[in-house]
Amino acid sequence: MAATVLLVIGTRKGLWLARSQDGRASWEVTGPHHPMVEVYSAAIDTRGPVPRVLVGLSSEWFGPNVVISDDLGVSWREPATAPIAFPAGTDAALRRVWQITPGPVDEPDVVYAGVEPSALFRSTDGGRGFELVRGLWDHPHRPDWAPGYGGQAIHTVLPDPADHKRITVAMSSGGVYRTLDGGESWSAVNKGIRAGYLPDPYPEFGQCVHKVAPCPARPERLYAQNHGGVYRSDDGADSWVSIADGLPSDFGFAMVAHPSRRDVIYNFPLKADSERFPPDGRCRVYRSENAGASWEARTAGLPDEGFWTAVLRDSMCSDDADPAGVYFGSRTGEVYASRDEGDSWARVAAHLPDVTCVRAAVV
Amino acid sequence: MRVTVLLPGVLRQHAGGARQVELDLPGAGATLAAALDVVAARHPALERRLRDERGALRRYVNLFVDGEECRRLTGADTPLRDGAEIQVIPSIAGG
Repeated sequence: MAATVLLVIGTRKGLWLARSQDGRASWEVTGPHHPMVEVYSAAIDTRGPVPRVLVGLSSEWFGPNVVISDDLGVSWREPATAPIAFPAGTDAALRRVWQITPGPVDEPDVVYAGVEPSALFRSTDGGRGFELVRGLWDHPHRPDWAPGYGGQAIHTVLPDPADHKRITVAMSSGGVYRTLDGGESWSAVNKGIRAGYLPDPYPEFGQCVHKVAPCPARPERLYAQNHGGVYRSDDGADSWVSIADGLPSDFGFAMVAHPSRRDVIYNFPLKADSERFPPDGRCRVYRSENAGASWEARTAGLPDEGFWTAVLRDSMCSDDADPAGVYFGSRTGEVYASRDEGDSWARVAAHLPDVTCVRAAVV
Repeated sequence: MRVTVLLPGVLRQHAGGARQVELDLPGAGATLAAALDVVAARHPALERRLRDERGALRRYVNLFVDGEECRRLTGADTPLRDGAEIQVIPSIAGG
């Protein structure tokens, strides 16, 4: 019997859950869960005895929240006190949870959250309660981090799977930062990433990095989609080289690495900053099988024209199955899945609200 | 002094299902903020839906004190009378 795969779909107006029990050939979709509440972040934590779904909610009326389900979305719970709140003295208030990332496998109760305004929070109880990581909040660069169009936020949190003291984060804008001492001190690691909108195009920090994807099969390797520019680092973010040649555009938001094949990555290019549509309105996922040296459009099953929408930074993901599944959702509420590593695609859902995040895992 | 907080349906689950919450406030001349402090102690999941961790009232939640929207009075500093009614009404917002 095929393993059950859960696909979590966050949108501007609620959460949908898709479940496949036939090798991802068909999907049962339920929702909306949490209707009329924006779901900007989600995680499927498979480290514990039962899979846990964590969801970052943002209510226009009642503020942000993090809720947890240990029964695949049948029921949800939240602590009485706010799961994430800025402590007194920071003069800050949580606006939105942009990222929820389970920690290393051998720290099964550690969960990280990247939030707006730009800050990192850490939970040691599985995501029920979080504490501000002070070292990054107190960073001298923080007054100079500037909000992008979507807000000033940490949208990427990458705990090293082996070294508990090594964590990489990315923010828009500000760029990539890394700690090697568990969060006490942080360094900007943006060498080689271009900031075409600043007088100095290669500053120490200030880049508008849209997404950083870790390479699970080779932890020192990272991939980044920048606000103009697509990059790879082979030295844990110490330096970055362009891998944009071969893509129709170097603009976009999403960046995904294959869960086990070290050189396989996925990107969804948009034409330009000033034209945030797929080139020619054609829905195309680009896959590289050589770490970005060359790219190939994967189109089978995808709309060939009239796709005048975008895929946001957390709206593309892979699962952890073999062969790997790849998923993306659009701002026009369509969700596509590939069960053959991107070779072909099938629509899972349509006419949903704007898709803000997707996550998938074998559960 | 005693005041009453009237809750909309969407928030009652965070107050044990109650349509209204009675609050006993110490002394006379308590403010709306003081009332919300008591709500925070008793129903923290309700209170954090009304104001953020700095104590700022959430933008699209309206709190009417004896029928007057508190922002037209003195906001969270609005003084309460004994027997006051605080009505919570989500604002018209969103799309």
